[in-house]
Amino acid sequence: MSNLPVDEAIDPLTVTGRPDGWNRPPLIEPDGEGELLEVAMGPHHPSTHGVFRMDVALDGERVIRLKPVFGYLHRNHEKIAEGISYLASMPYTDRLDYICPLTNNWAYALAVEKLTGQEVPERAEYLRVILGELTRFQNHASSIGFLIQEMGASGTPLMYAFREREKILDLFEELTGARMMCNYMRFGGCRVDPTAAWLDKTRKVVAGLYGFTEEVDRLLSGNEILMARTQGVGILRPELAVNAGVTGPMLRASGVNYDIRKVDGYSIYNRFSFKVPLGDHWDVYDRYMIRLLEMRESIKILEQALKDIPGGPVMDPKAKIRGFRPKPGEAYGRIEAPKGELGFYLISDGGPNPYRYRVRPPSLINLTVLEDMALGANMADVVLIFGSVDIVLGEVDR
Amino acid sequence: MLGEGILKGLAETAKNFAGSFVSKERLTTVEYPEDRIPTFEAARVFPFLVYDARNPGDENDWEAGLRCVACQICEKECPPKCIFIDKSKDKKPDALGKQQFYPTRFDIDVSVCMSCQICVEVCPFEAIKMDNEFELSTTDRFGGLLHDRRQLAKSNEYYHKIHPTEAAEVDARLAEEKAKADAKARAAADAAAKAAAAAKPAGGGE
Repeated sequence: MSNLPVDEAIDPLTVTGRPDGWNRPPLIEPDGEGELLEVAMGPHHPSTHGVFRMDVALDGERVIRLKPVFGYLHRNHEKIAEGISYLASMPYTDRLDYICPLTNNWAYALAVEKLTGQEVPERAEYLRVILGELTRFQNHASSIGFLIQEMGASGTPLMYAFREREKILDLFEELTGARMMCNYMRFGGCRVDPTAAWLDKTRKVVAGLYGFTEEVDRLLSGNEILMARTQGVGILRPELAVNAGVTGPMLRASGVNYDIRKVDGYSIYNRFSFKVPLGDHWDVYDRYMIRLLEMRESIKILEQALKDIPGGPVMDPKAKIRGFRPKPGEAYGRIEAPKGELGFYLISDGGPNPYRYRVRPPSLINLTVLEDMALGANMADVVLIFGSVDIVLGEVDR
Repeated sequence: MLGEGILKGLAETAKNFAGSFVSKERLTTVEYPEDRIPTFEAARVFPFLVYDARNPGDENDWEAGLRCVACQICEKECPPKCIFIDKSKDKKPDALGKQQFYPTRFDIDVSVCMSCQICVEVCPFEAIKMDNEFELSTTDRFGGLLHDRRQLAKSNEYYHKIHPTEAAEVDARLAEEKAKADAKARAAADAAAKAAAAAKPAGGGE
């Protein structure tokens, strides 16, 4: 954990996250004469990541107020899940953060396993780690691509990222039958056992991934335009990040050492050696860099896991996938998803359906600090700051 | 030097540009629909009902050989509830010779189905499997999107063609079940014969 004195650090003058939001007086006083210009960005702005609207008040080029408007993609996920069996919710979780379906499966499976007290075989744990880290890699690769695209470099880095992502999605398809809607993990293990050929193919793909991070590094990290656009832009102070509940690469880019893989030790992450990169400038460039470094750490974990993966079943033979009724109680399963802490909170009343089903989406909670990062920035930087949060609207609105 | 990073990045793009002329691996675009990438064996799109061909050539062969016994588990478990089943009033013999119900109606709505294959997993009779046919678009918005059991019924041979490994496993499992059922039936017949044989002398002794 960080050494920051979190509670003492709240200075009412510097922390801007107040609940009254839009109605409060502007924190940055407009300078000069003239009226504020209100712009509705979205819900179909091409460089936003989906249907999302930002109501921005501008003084010239500077952002004075910003109000995010959520809910265009609301699909009633939680209420639907309360009316269907535990198993039937699994494919719906694929559609939360559709860039990384396997980590969503994992978090939900973890929550139900905690609720029912099921054990997961060793091979399945290794598989989950392998698939989770592959997911993290392709999420970070495409999120870097999108971030650069939002700066106006349309295409090239994103295309390189997608070329790499394609290889990983092919692995997913070969194993699970679908590229994005995998529906692969089950309570007490995984659905199908990978063949030796699949594992060999994965080893081959993983061996090529390091070259991609090098390529991105050479292509972007030293680029003067990128540095000029991102350094010192969208600063998120660590105190605010902690108080707002921001998690994932966003929080680590703000210098707070908090990675659920390390602090919670879920699954078998304590068996692998990897580092947690931290930012020290708290800006957009740090968020880009953290993702790049995390990709390299993911490769390290992948190499260790692919070396050690044991034989055996991938599914607990005693596990029931359908028709079970957990004892009354509650459980919260959380993992370090590529975007932050993804948690599923379940309450059982002893019936075949969950009594309450709640998702803690990292995207939504990371997005709540958008205004604080964007105040005082230029209009063109708002899109960039928004991109650096790395959200998927499927998860924000659920 | 200012601009060094940009030049370094441009060298990288130049390498990729030149590389696409040399390395085939870098040519990632496929001109669909003229060229097609073969689908993976595990690929799944939409469910179909498996039937065992009993008398090839018979027009109603599919109906007689349907493995589905209308237990309605898939209808109950389907997450978006896109399966609609009506159970028959009468029974007819299945592959094991057991009298079973059958579906008089089995519809799946393509527009609602989300290809999750939960129906395949929960089916205890190996009756519903995933197809890999993905060109399912139609101009008919209502009837065309609701596939009935005739459209859904596909033979076990077809299943072998699209998922060879999985289908072989399923067939082995079914053959084992059939062998067990046969053995049980034979044992029951033997026991009955023995009991009858035992009863006869006893009866004759009276």
